[in-house]
Amino acid sequence: MTTRIDARFAELRREGRAALVTFLMAGDPDPKTSLDIIKALPKAGADIIEIGMPFTDPMADGPSIQAAGLRALKAGMNLKKTLEMVRGFRKSDNTTPLVLMGYYNPIYIYGVDKFLSDAKTAGVDGLIIVDLPPEEDGELCLPALKAGLNFIRLATPTTDDKRLPAVLANTSGFVYYVSITGITGSAAADSKVVGEAVSRIQRHTKLPICVGFGIRTPQAARAVAENANGAVVGTALVDALSDSLDAAGQATARTVAEVAELVALLAQGVRGARQAAE
Amino acid sequence: MTQRLPNSFRVGPNEHGHFGIFGGRFVAETLMPLILDLEKAYATAKADPAFQAEMNGYLKDYVGRPSPLYFAERLTEHLGGAKIYFKREELNHTGSHKVNNVLGQIMVARRMGKKRIIAETGAGQHGVATATLCARFGLECVVYMGAVDVARQQSNVIRMEMLGAKVLPVQSGTRTLKDAMNEALRDWVTNVHSTFYCIGTVAGPHPYPMMVRDFQSVIGIETRKQMQEAEGRLPDSLIACIGGGSNAMGLFHPFLDDPGVEIFGVEAAGHGLTQLHAASIAGGRPGVLHGNRTYLLMDDDGQIQDAHSISAGLDYPGIGPEHSWLHETGRVKYLSATDDEALAAFLLLSRLEGIPPALEPAHAIAKVMELAPKRPKDHLMVVNLSGRGDKDIPQITEILKGRKQK
Repeated sequence: MTTRIDARFAELRREGRAALVTFLMAGDPDPKTSLDIIKALPKAGADIIEIGMPFTDPMADGPSIQAAGLRALKAGMNLKKTLEMVRGFRKSDNTTPLVLMGYYNPIYIYGVDKFLSDAKTAGVDGLIIVDLPPEEDGELCLPALKAGLNFIRLATPTTDDKRLPAVLANTSGFVYYVSITGITGSAAADSKVVGEAVSRIQRHTKLPICVGFGIRTPQAARAVAENANGAVVGTALVDALSDSLDAAGQATARTVAEVAELVALLAQGVRGARQAAE
Repeated sequence: MTQRLPNSFRVGPNEHGHFGIFGGRFVAETLMPLILDLEKAYATAKADPAFQAEMNGYLKDYVGRPSPLYFAERLTEHLGGAKIYFKREELNHTGSHKVNNVLGQIMVARRMGKKRIIAETGAGQHGVATATLCARFGLECVVYMGAVDVARQQSNVIRMEMLGAKVLPVQSGTRTLKDAMNEALRDWVTNVHSTFYCIGTVAGPHPYPMMVRDFQSVIGIETRKQMQEAEGRLPDSLIACIGGGSNAMGLFHPFLDDPGVEIFGVEAAGHGLTQLHAASIAGGRPGVLHGNRTYLLMDDDGQIQDAHSISAGLDYPGIGPEHSWLHETGRVKYLSATDDEALAAFLLLSRLEGIPPALEPAHAIAKVMELAPKRPKDHLMVVNLSGRGDKDIPQITEILKGRKQK
């Protein structure tokens, strides 16, 4: 089975470049603006779109993404509306891969089977669930694979060679390498160290490897893109969005454009990278 | 599916850390290798007689164990029913049961070579116990505490700082215990190589619920022996308050397989169960937070709701996973007491016994006031007096002053 994610990476391999993966929170700062932003991303240069599912207690996220989740919840966002947003996006774009990222509890409460079927129908391609390690694969990972969704696992600097096979076993779509031990929005890792980590993971898998956490600038994205198959940028985009809001936290005429402009710069960075020979 | 009752209530969790459907290891990948290391280190320590002997030495001479089992004569007379005993955990060094668990975890941390200890705290009792043992063993100590709790438990903040700990007020979310735990987890994920996370209750990812329970079980083990000595038999009922549920689990666990012993946990009903409260079992349902599946207060979208209790130590929207399982199997009955009931119990106990309880166990006393009069005079009831009320006196003074003005 080939998913939109597989197809996109095949395409990028032909182009000889890495992917720009963007993260924004569903419903931030409000559901309508959020959909407008997501719709603007592919044209601005995003190759894969991650959409955060807001949660009150995001234990792996720094202050920026915590605040984004709270803005979204305050604006009435929930998991059902996040799936509606995906359907809205799919009306005009049937090729850009969409990955939902977040925490397990809202999915568990929605109901795993219903969620997987609704997500698949809506046009979701993959899931990244921060608090579901391989030890809990029975919860969502295996049912998701069965439902035809990619389950994208996080590998981290603490995932050693002994543990990597377990982490990679049921991973599909791509591997998300968390470049630092820490939360989103932390300082960037040294690109040489990241490069070595990517090579280490490549010895265990043929899946594309995208690197995230700590990538804020076009230069940093470019450096990562030289070694990995993709660079994930989240906090920097969420900050650009947040900076565009008015004093009451509402969207302004600049909100969509601010995010799109930063995405365009990041895309230039990624496209400027020399891809390591495969 | 009909639920079959287990042969024993004391064998959990299984190798995946599950108590029935509850428990588990719902954490970020960064933490998983460390949690597996901890599980191994704890299993090794538990099997090592030298570890037990060292711990027993500190429990006796540093903590002051065994804590007395005290016959509360005047409360018994006043209520006119069951014979009421207090397990005096408030007499431990640091003023609560929390020190039992912290001692155990610090000894495990030392064996793992960790030099930096982090903890979350609500009322500050767990923070104080952690700061105390870090001072004793020369370890760096960082305590996360919700900004709301920092304000209402000032004396404990000052104590922790005097003991050399760094207290970091948490401004995110609802700025109470759950947010302190989020922030501690964020610290842990960042400093995973150097840091040991000393969790204060029977919650979090496996092996914490089991490990904390084991360290707190000294409460119930002593109670069995002391009641045999005092009355020549086991108690008829046990009562303890529940936030995360560690003092309760410590008292209950050694008695779970004695069917003659009725067991009651008391959650915090705050302003009442139809309003803001912290009673996860009475008002919640199973969900996943802070590394485990358990009963949680949440909305229909799975978003965690604000808890409320007069007691900072019970102000948490979840409960330890083993309690969720004991609730579903029916072995333990979970009741709840409101802010007002706890306050009345605090005042009654101060006047009748000369023991101001912490607001947390005041919730258990509130239910004793309901249950004891309905039991015969030969009924032996044990309540866990898990902490002393000194820390709550400024807060209670404010509340009483406010009431007079109305």
